[in-house]
Amino acid sequence: MEAEPKAGFRALKITDRVYWVGAIDWGLRDFHGYLTKRGTTYNAFLVLAEPITLVDTVKAAHVDEMMARIASVIDPSQIKCIVSNHAEMDHTGALPQVVARLRPEMVVASTMGAKALQQHFHWHQPVRAVKDGERLSLGDTGLRFVETRMLHWPDSMFAFLEDEGVLFSNDAFGMHLASSERFVDEIEPGVIREEAATYYANILMPFSGLVTKLVERLPGLGLDVRLIAPDHGPLWRHEPLQVVQWYAQWAAQPFTRKAVVAYDTMWQSTEKMARAVADGLQGGGARAVVMPLAGSHRSNVAAELLEAGALLVGSPTMNGEVYPRMADLLTYLRGLKPRNLIGAAFGSYGWGGEAVRHLQQILEEMKVEIAAEAVRVQYVPDDEALARCRELGGRVAARLQELAAR
Amino acid sequence: MQKYECEACGYIYDPAKGDEDAGIAPGTPFEDLPDDWVCPLCGVGKDMFSPVKE
Repeated sequence: MEAEPKAGFRALKITDRVYWVGAIDWGLRDFHGYLTKRGTTYNAFLVLAEPITLVDTVKAAHVDEMMARIASVIDPSQIKCIVSNHAEMDHTGALPQVVARLRPEMVVASTMGAKALQQHFHWHQPVRAVKDGERLSLGDTGLRFVETRMLHWPDSMFAFLEDEGVLFSNDAFGMHLASSERFVDEIEPGVIREEAATYYANILMPFSGLVTKLVERLPGLGLDVRLIAPDHGPLWRHEPLQVVQWYAQWAAQPFTRKAVVAYDTMWQSTEKMARAVADGLQGGGARAVVMPLAGSHRSNVAAELLEAGALLVGSPTMNGEVYPRMADLLTYLRGLKPRNLIGAAFGSYGWGGEAVRHLQQILEEMKVEIAAEAVRVQYVPDDEALARCRELGGRVAARLQELAAR
Repeated sequence: MQKYECEACGYIYDPAKGDEDAGIAPGTPFEDLPDDWVCPLCGVGKDMFSPVKE
């Protein structure tokens, strides 16, 4: 196959033998329900070894960008091996086309990955399944594979390039951040931490127990990690293990004095209550982050919750139910399985007032410790009702102080 | 004792090891796991497990 220099996309050399050949998706704003306000990248890596190897691919729509970047370094038909660390389609969407065009000698995936690729593409391409710890010789270097099951899919794995110490970590340690810069140290640190935390909260939080185990297991694997190359966002080259430490902290989800107050409102009654609750939290020494759902995306609430110790939720009752956007949020948060939280529920209503009971029930299902009795107010809260909301906030703050001090 | 594999994520329940995190003692056969036991890796229920052919 001939090289395709069209469009002028170039590869970026990141080590002596590794080139970044991914795609930048500046326009992406919705990644399966996660608001990606800064877009993302799909990272793919060309390893100039024997055989020439491509680690991961990109989303199907971006295949031309990837092929052009590859062609800026070599004739793409020289690629003889493709490693697929994760079967999700933002990394494999382009794989069937790439395999059909390049006819590599080998496609490599984890045991579960080999199955998942078959279930995605229904093809007859043989996939070599590698086990945890297995090594693939690449001439004078090699790739070692580390299974990372359920981080965040059954098939997820890392590939480690031995001589250059590059850890291809797939979705772990990544972030949704489109940028011209390819390295973390070239970007504003606040943006890096915010996007890495948002990614952790929305993708990895349900698997925090496994993250802890992985972080504990990594040093024992004897990998001299000098560069971490995730499949989204910039790469970690200066003190790459810093992000591993962040993961250890996020996975532990310790109690903090921060309380997230998420609410929705119909005629501003629940909003008034939310403001009084926040005031009570602050008065009790907690830090309140108030998130009206009319302007706060579910994935941003999840991100705020990552380093919080309390979740307080307020909703009006609408036709006997929780307000729709609140139901959306709670379904999402329940799936993310946040741990070590206390909380409380509140809300206004016209007649039945069922929503508050539903809210409290969902909090209990999420194993959130109820730290204050729920407050329900008919129609519009008066001063006495708002005082009860302040008291609710105060109780949660007091309990939070106790737990955070432990 | 018979091992069982999770069809969702590939986790293998080994009765000889049990599932310490869920309070399942070593030596507990798969059949004796409580009905609400879930895969320690991916969280699916017992009905997603099938016997491993040795």
